[in-house]
Amino acid sequence: MSSEKQEREPLFSAKNRKLLTNPLGVDNPITVQVLGICSALAVTAKLKPAFVMSLSVIAVIVFANLIISLMRNGIPPRIRIIVQLVVIASLVILVDQFLKAFVFDVSKQLSVFVGLIITNCIIMGRLEAFAMSNKPWPSVLDGIGNGIGYAWVLVAVGFVRELFGSGTIWGYAVIPESFYNIGYENNGFMILPPMALIIVGIIIWIQRSRNPELVEEN
Amino acid sequence: MYSNAYIFRYAGIMVILVAAILSSAAMLLKPMQERNEAVDKMQSILSAAGIENVTTENAIELFNSYVTDMIVIDNEGNVVDDYQGDGKQNSEAFNLNLKEQLYNKSVNKGFKLPMYVLEKDGQKINIIPMRGVGLWGPVWGNIALKSDFNTVVGVTFSHKSETPGLGAEIDTPGFQNQFPGKELFDDQGKFVSIDVIKGGVNNFPVDIQRHKVDAISGGTITSNGVNDMIKNVLESYVPYIQKQG
Repeated sequence: MSSEKQEREPLFSAKNRKLLTNPLGVDNPITVQVLGICSALAVTAKLKPAFVMSLSVIAVIVFANLIISLMRNGIPPRIRIIVQLVVIASLVILVDQFLKAFVFDVSKQLSVFVGLIITNCIIMGRLEAFAMSNKPWPSVLDGIGNGIGYAWVLVAVGFVRELFGSGTIWGYAVIPESFYNIGYENNGFMILPPMALIIVGIIIWIQRSRNPELVEEN
Repeated sequence: MYSNAYIFRYAGIMVILVAAILSSAAMLLKPMQERNEAVDKMQSILSAAGIENVTTENAIELFNSYVTDMIVIDNEGNVVDDYQGDGKQNSEAFNLNLKEQLYNKSVNKGFKLPMYVLEKDGQKINIIPMRGVGLWGPVWGNIALKSDFNTVVGVTFSHKSETPGLGAEIDTPGFQNQFPGKELFDDQGKFVSIDVIKGGVNNFPVDIQRHKVDAISGGTITSNGVNDMIKNVLESYVPYIQKQG
């Protein structure tokens, strides 16, 4: 493809739309690339921290993609990983500072996990695989796509775990008292990290059974 | 190809830029963060005393209406400051650096410690803030005592980075609800603290059970940290408590 042709490409061309939609399904960072599992286990016991974590990761991945893409022609290849890490780490520190200033209780819940966004392999993966070799706009779309692809899995897992583990959604009780009176109990196992792995596994299973292209042949 | 000089220049400029951005963000957001931390501390103090429905919005107001005295005590048990006016979040007792003072204690230097007195339903409640070390980082909390300085009304614990599901359980009601009703002094008036123990409180004789709570399974080091924190902090108040006789 010639470069002039790329200049005239519309903002939401078919190719750009694919950057946005592929990571939601067939190229999902969690269920297909199996990246970022650590945080998917750690912050999904309740919906609210899962949601805030998702927003934080989306913010970091979009801006990191944009910044690296803008810098891509000047970055010396020999220190490119360090440059990427500095960009990610600075953004994460900014996010952490903002959370502490504006949503303190959430930042308390996320505590160490905000710092762990730095090591979320989705972000470095996208920088190295995409932003280093693409223009800013597609990189932003790629960041949004992958961020949302990560977010929906996190939110889905958080939803299931909070509903069955604590009987609440977003902190509000949704399972009526009468259920408990006739012997229903919250599943304490749902609160523990292994359950997140099992739920992610179930999501992967459903996705692959509906889309056989994803199934490896052997 | 990029020359070494270019790489050094690139890295140098990048680091300086990033440092400037981050430090200005930290400076700008600091007042808001400090306010949040103060509000969080007030919520924790109030909830140790069993006051419910404290939100981030009404914490400062409730704190000033419930708390009557912000006291500072020295290592010999003398009251060196007793603030009773408004704006208690600015008093010396509220802003005393517990970490520093406990360090002074550990190296046998003089130290000062805060205590908050509040009144609820006509009862005086004394609240003592605590600080110690868990497995990965600091643990802290508040313990509320009845006016006899012996019986526990309630506790709150918090931590920076204990293991979720194990040590981090110290901040849940399941652990904290063991404390109300426990006692710090034995029948002879000797300070025995409250032990966080393994093996089940119920296996002890009844008259010892009131000085013990169950540790958290899988969170031994954090539990020990809480145990040491309670003992270390509260023993510093014993001279003061004995003077209240």
